[in-house]
Amino acid sequence: MSQIFLAVAVVVAQGLLLLAMGFALVRMLRGPRAQDRVLALDAFQVNAMLLLLTIGLRVGSALYVEMALVIALIGSAGTLAFSKFLLRGEVIE
Amino acid sequence: MRRLLPHPWMAALLLVVWLLLRHSLAPGTWVAGGLLAWILAWTYGRLAPPPARVRHLPTLLRLFARVAADIVRSNFAVARLVLGRRRRVHAGFVAIPLALTDPHGLALLACIITSTPGTIWVEHDPQRSVLLIHVLDLVDETVWVEAIKRRYEQPLLRVFQS
Amino acid sequence: MSALPPWLAVLVGVLVLAGAGFACVGSFGLLRLRNFYQRVHAPTLGSTLGTFCVVLACALGFSALQGEALPTVLLISALLVLTAPVTLMMLVRAALYRNRLEDGQALPSARGDDQKPMP
Repeated sequence: MSQIFLAVAVVVAQGLLLLAMGFALVRMLRGPRAQDRVLALDAFQVNAMLLLLTIGLRVGSALYVEMALVIALIGSAGTLAFSKFLLRGEVIE
Repeated sequence: MRRLLPHPWMAALLLVVWLLLRHSLAPGTWVAGGLLAWILAWTYGRLAPPPARVRHLPTLLRLFARVAADIVRSNFAVARLVLGRRRRVHAGFVAIPLALTDPHGLALLACIITSTPGTIWVEHDPQRSVLLIHVLDLVDETVWVEAIKRRYEQPLLRVFQS
Repeated sequence: MSALPPWLAVLVGVLVLAGAGFACVGSFGLLRLRNFYQRVHAPTLGSTLGTFCVVLACALGFSALQGEALPTVLLISALLVLTAPVTLMMLVRAALYRNRLEDGQALPSARGDDQKPMP
């Protein structure tokens, strides 16, 4: 019984995370200015990372967790680079 | 000792991260991680960071516990604000005069304020020592000024500047 | 996943649901709130309590399965705690700079030129 609850909970959570990625995608496409798009991209990456974690939990494989770690690393570095670019128009001064 | 290993805590942290990444405690991992940690700690020293001295560890730990509780509480507050029926959200900027000047204390304060949903660090002027934050649920400015100063700045002053 | 004891399975399920719920509400805030400075607050929900719940669920699940993922999961949470505020602050600085320079908006500044709050 509890196993069924866990399976259903993970699937529902994945649905919610996909919905969240959809929200972020809409803001990315609509966002009036570049900073809105970068903010939405950051949220999109966090949601994708969480989705990978839930997939890893469902499959029981540590590989997905490593992928989530890579997204967490690359995502934050990417957002930082975008922000730096918006600040001055150059990434490295 | 200091000359051989400039930043022992930074090196230890890097070594732990390396061991966690490799999922192993084999001798080779220790050697490679130790070497990497030593080189990176030396590189960190070349950046000439201002020296940090934590003067009151219990206060710092209590502050972390308080911040964790505040993050959970404001998560619910912001969720209620996003899902709420109210169309107009009353957000705005708040200027806070600070007594804190230590760079590490300010960095920690910045991370605390920004990690808490609903408040974000915007700007700090070191000359006038004024901090500008943006608050999502701004009802009364003085309440926010008083809360930030009492809840976060006082402990940080005790930890870094007493 | 079938090796978990019942109480742990329920706990992991509730945590995963809560984390995904917070992340979803945070992203919904991106659509719902009306200007950039309000929207900046929304994704913090996903990167604090959302991530924390899912990471805790993974840590519990994988430690019960004796998986190798536990250290990585801990690293993810530590990394996000450190980087999320820094990237957000940087983004707000960039937005402030652009709004002042290109849009000519009268935004308040820490130097005290203009204390008028933006709606």
